[in-house]
Amino acid sequence: MSVNLTIGKAINAGLRRAMEADPKVLVMGEDVGRLGGVFRVTDQLHKDFGADRVIDTPLAESGIVGTAIGLALRGYRPVCEIQFDGFFFPATNQSFTQLAKMRRRSAGALSVPVVLRIPYGGGIGAVEHHSESPEAYFAHTAGLRVVTVANAVDAYWMIQQAITSQDPVVFFEPKRRYYDKADVDTDASPDSALPMGAARVARPGTDATLLAYGPMVKTALQAAEADTDHSLEVVDLRSISPVDYATVEESVRRTGRLVITHEAPVSGGVGGEIAARITESCFYHLEAPVIRVGAFDTPYPQSRLEEHYLPDLDRILDGVDRAFTY
Amino acid sequence: MSDNTAHGEPELVQLLTPDGELIDHPDYPLEIGPEDIRGLYRDLVLVRRVDTEAVALQRQGELGLWASLLGQEAAQIGSARALRPQDTAFPSYREHGVAWVRGVEPKALLGMWRGVSNGGWDPAQHGLQLYTIVIGSQTLHATGYAMGVQRDGATGEDGSAVIVYFGDGATSQGDTSEAFNFAAVNNAPVVFFLQNNQWAISEPPERQARVPLYRRAAGFGFPGVRIDGNDVFASLAVTRKAMQQAREGQGPMLIEAFTYRMGAHTTNDDPTRYRVAAELEEWKAKDPILRLRAHIQQQGLGDDDFFTEVENEADRLGERLRSECRSLPDPDPLDIFHEVYAEPNTQLDLQRAEFADYLASFEDAGAEGGR
Repeated sequence: MSVNLTIGKAINAGLRRAMEADPKVLVMGEDVGRLGGVFRVTDQLHKDFGADRVIDTPLAESGIVGTAIGLALRGYRPVCEIQFDGFFFPATNQSFTQLAKMRRRSAGALSVPVVLRIPYGGGIGAVEHHSESPEAYFAHTAGLRVVTVANAVDAYWMIQQAITSQDPVVFFEPKRRYYDKADVDTDASPDSALPMGAARVARPGTDATLLAYGPMVKTALQAAEADTDHSLEVVDLRSISPVDYATVEESVRRTGRLVITHEAPVSGGVGGEIAARITESCFYHLEAPVIRVGAFDTPYPQSRLEEHYLPDLDRILDGVDRAFTY
Repeated sequence: MSDNTAHGEPELVQLLTPDGELIDHPDYPLEIGPEDIRGLYRDLVLVRRVDTEAVALQRQGELGLWASLLGQEAAQIGSARALRPQDTAFPSYREHGVAWVRGVEPKALLGMWRGVSNGGWDPAQHGLQLYTIVIGSQTLHATGYAMGVQRDGATGEDGSAVIVYFGDGATSQGDTSEAFNFAAVNNAPVVFFLQNNQWAISEPPERQARVPLYRRAAGFGFPGVRIDGNDVFASLAVTRKAMQQAREGQGPMLIEAFTYRMGAHTTNDDPTRYRVAAELEEWKAKDPILRLRAHIQQQGLGDDDFFTEVENEADRLGERLRSECRSLPDPDPLDIFHEVYAEPNTQLDLQRAEFADYLASFEDAGAEGGR
């Protein structure tokens, strides 16, 4: 059955299906119970699965991730909601020194299949600490898988894939896209879904590759549509760690140009890592240096300035133009 | 000294005096036979020997570092002997006595300190999770695990509970407070076993806290008790009761074992820079092994042959540990890449392949006579 769902509702439906399939799947976090989360992503789950499986936690992010690790060690599969990106930082110790390292520390004896759901990114006019893009911190931490979604179909399937993964997964939800809709075939076999680690060509093209993920995929697609001078291919990265370099390289070898865009500050960001790697592997195919279009190296600004801070269609096209000046 | 600072010494639960006298406690009856008493003595002596040998091995360059448990044997052995096979313990990094009781091979304890492993034993097999270096992190893991025990319906009179070990320094960490709160709110079957060994590296209790540490529990809504941490009987009896209450649904409890770290924090530390010799002398008089020995002698529970036999066993154990330590193999270089992820990771696979080729290039060079 095909259902027209927003990204938020698709995650909700995916969570529900995962909880029905496996009684060990738990949802936990601040306000995820009767309220259904501040974005209502866990709506109705508390009513249908009970307080033992949809756990309203004290307001303590380290406690959420730390107890989730313990629950996972006991055989559960906790899905933690961190209410907003900027609130994640109290949980960095548990995530980086503990969650990410358990498997390695135990030489494979321990698994901690915890999912950390983090609504992230800007563009919703929020106050400070509600609009950040901290994905590079996670991608830099070995032992974690880091993914993000750009549409409802991926949202529905990837949350289920994240839950069944034996590795800890950081699942970034683009909050300004929560209400974007798509038709989702909820009867399809999970095997038909694209694997969580794979990148996807969202729009084919021949002159340059535009690489984006999460909330920026929609903007990149708009830019490609608007550029009538060039045929732009848009690749939706989906998995930030590990990166599906095979798909990115294949695209760049065909187009000869790569423009990477993300909301996070450029310095030390995911785009720089990909640029370096593609320069190594595709040097003789590149017609121009890899161009990055991201945010400035500043704290996320007050919301009346965020339209200047976030890469928009024009800044992406400016980046594309730079790639064509070589 | 007033009772309202962390440094004060409010009344503590003691069943065995430093002179070896037994004291009845109305709340914590000691149910133990002569054989078990001799067993506790054996545990104390042997685990102290493991510790002494490990310190020596570090001095000889065989271990990179070691955290000595000297002085804390009674707290660890007593509490760990209170556990059932189905219980799970979460240690910090000094719980060699707990590991001993949980059946972990002494040589396995050395792996992390020698640098040949990050862990060294199978947590499921021993009901003992791996050592945790980042202070206090394991208090939350234990609490979450206990919430899992609850959800499994594995509690009850014959069920299981969870115990977590941490030190006085860990009580200053936010994670420990969060663990207390999560455990209380969920009424989780977890016992918090705090070994207050008086020194968080160089920081004394009055630099860590304004109130006695066992009183933290009251603020979170569960009981806290301070015990004589050098009294193996008190540690055993109080932990038994706390574990039983936890598994029967009465929620968490905090046990503060008031003890003393007689050695350095780790082999890198120099306690003469921050504490006076008189303090050490004072605590030597409270030695956990000497007082149990006195009790056994006074009660006629063991003769000279018994003590000699335990001493001989310790010698044999020490000898075995020295040779086992030296024969622990270095890991394979490609082990760097193992078990980082459960699932395929093309990025890492590529790095591993490149590094394997790089290593192999040296072998090829050797075969060709080198450069």
